[in-house]
Amino acid sequence: MSPINYVYLAALLFTIGAAGVLIRRNAIVVFMCIELMLNASNLALVAFSRMHGNLDGQIMAFFVMVVAAAEVVVGLAIIVMLYRARHSASVDDASLMKL
Amino acid sequence: MSAVAITSMHAPSGAVPNLWTLSAEKLEAPSIEYGKLSPVLIVLGVAALGVLLEAFLPRKARYTAQVFVSALGLVAAFAAVIALAAGGAAGTKAQLVGVGALAVDGPTLFMQGVILLTGVVAVLVFAERKLEPAAHGSRVDSFAAQPASVPGGEGEKEATKAGWTTTEVFPLLLFAIGGMLLFPAANDLLLLFIALEVFSLPLYLLCALARRRRLLSQEAAVKYFLLGAFSSAFLLFGIALLYGYAGTVTYSGIARVVSGADATTDPVLAQTTGNDALLLIGGALVLMGLLFKVGAVPFHMWTPDVYQGAPTPVTGFMAAATKVAAFGALLRLLYVVLPGLAWDWRPVLWGVAIVTMVAGAIVAITQTDIKRLLAYSSIAHAGFLLAGVVALSEEGVSSVLFYLGAYSFVTLGAFAVVTLVRDAGGEATHLSKWAGLGRRSPLLAAVFALFLLAFAGIPLTSGFSGKFAVFKAAAESGAGALVVVGVASSAIAAFFYLRVIVLMFFSEPKADGPSVAVPSVLTSTAIAVGVAVTVVLGVAPQYFLDLAGSAGVFVR
Repeated sequence: MSPINYVYLAALLFTIGAAGVLIRRNAIVVFMCIELMLNASNLALVAFSRMHGNLDGQIMAFFVMVVAAAEVVVGLAIIVMLYRARHSASVDDASLMKL
Repeated sequence: MSAVAITSMHAPSGAVPNLWTLSAEKLEAPSIEYGKLSPVLIVLGVAALGVLLEAFLPRKARYTAQVFVSALGLVAAFAAVIALAAGGAAGTKAQLVGVGALAVDGPTLFMQGVILLTGVVAVLVFAERKLEPAAHGSRVDSFAAQPASVPGGEGEKEATKAGWTTTEVFPLLLFAIGGMLLFPAANDLLLLFIALEVFSLPLYLLCALARRRRLLSQEAAVKYFLLGAFSSAFLLFGIALLYGYAGTVTYSGIARVVSGADATTDPVLAQTTGNDALLLIGGALVLMGLLFKVGAVPFHMWTPDVYQGAPTPVTGFMAAATKVAAFGALLRLLYVVLPGLAWDWRPVLWGVAIVTMVAGAIVAITQTDIKRLLAYSSIAHAGFLLAGVVALSEEGVSSVLFYLGAYSFVTLGAFAVVTLVRDAGGEATHLSKWAGLGRRSPLLAAVFALFLLAFAGIPLTSGFSGKFAVFKAAAESGAGALVVVGVASSAIAAFFYLRVIVLMFFSEPKADGPSVAVPSVLTSTAIAVGVAVTVVLGVAPQYFLDLAGSAGVFVR
């Protein structure tokens, strides 16, 4: 199987993640969808790395994993803080500021 | 899985090296130019030191130690930037460092200098402790007593009673500055992404730390975090596609492949470079991620909410320094990596610049909150800066550099003034409360009026010199229509700046109006620096224009 199929899969996963961010209303689920987008990028990086036969993409995937972990730390802290203050993690409820 | 099976999976085998034998090659330790990296290393080192101070010092001693160490570290890093520039690193000795991951050249050093100076001023505003009423005998700043406690709950009361403050803001600020120093210097896509995250993550947290109006502050943090992470995911996927197109993540390597300078014998590379969709979509996604950080329409939605909800010192820092760093990265990407694609991205950026200028100026008219007003003004300014970026010339780079330097100090000063106008509920940010401020405290109102005039681009302020430079560069590159739109939207923007000035000076003060707090020497210094830079860059800009002009060349 040609590695390019993994790139198509990555694009599909990325689209699912992006659609999830726009559609879902729970901040945790939105955040999970963002993680899905990051992992889709990882898959694309690794697939391209395989195609080109160099390691840049694989090394980058490791960096992305670390960044995603750091983002989880910060993101969950912020979302849990929001939940404790409002007893709801819905992004629709967080609407004190509007145009 | 055996190596043979993996190789056989390869569609066009032969010229492609095997991944498993690559690792058997002798690994050489890279040589790092520590001297050229010293500004970044100093800032990140001091940030780590700040974390240690936070862990080991008793609560009482933390504030003084943190302020002292942060300010000293930033000044030392600025001295290192000056030393590098004096040593010729901005001109003839510009070079790639860290195995090509970073570029230390004129634009990098100029922006690092501006970011570090705004950082020093931001430390002063962060450290201000005379504005909030003393909580149970101890002086507090504008950051939450204990950010983890529930707003209005028991934990918050106890923490306030104990007089706690969040001194972690200083290490967070330094980590953000460290990332921002790397961002304009990034010379490969990996470092671009890492630097973006390194400066974004601390900013998300800083937004959530306000002492007053904590629900608003937390909401701002959630919005900033979710949208920021969303945009950085787009940036990352764009990076993956660009890597797929060019087979390398270094800027110079991608630029060579994009311009088709090297005839390729690699069959895989020939296959991917034949696929323009990878390049166009990848470039567009990366551009999107950067335009989000810049705050350009249509990726500006987060700006007003985050600027309004975040603690005002953080807003000031974010508005100034993030813009500098993001424009730095945007310039390098467009000028070094994608000049071969200029026919494709220039029309897009034309459109984005026009929409940004016009929308920022028009929507700002309807705002009633001073922080939101300044947020929309910052969107309009992003549009003016994009006009300089579109120029795609050396003058374009140096005019954007000058504009960023001028703009960041005006912004810091303006938000520092906002922290001073207060009533019982904290800062009085609603515009109606600013009525008659000029009668009550003429000096403060005059200073704020000066900043607003600079935003509007009135002659003899830094805003005029900056706008003139940017529009001149744009006009000379044939973007005349962009300049016309820019001047028109400047005129629209001038309307709402002048409206605030009229409100301050020509309307009766209300009986229950806000009081102007008397700041300590810290905020006074910050505002004084803002005023000084605004006037000097307005009256005698030539030296600084020359400085920016000599820093307009990217090393490749």
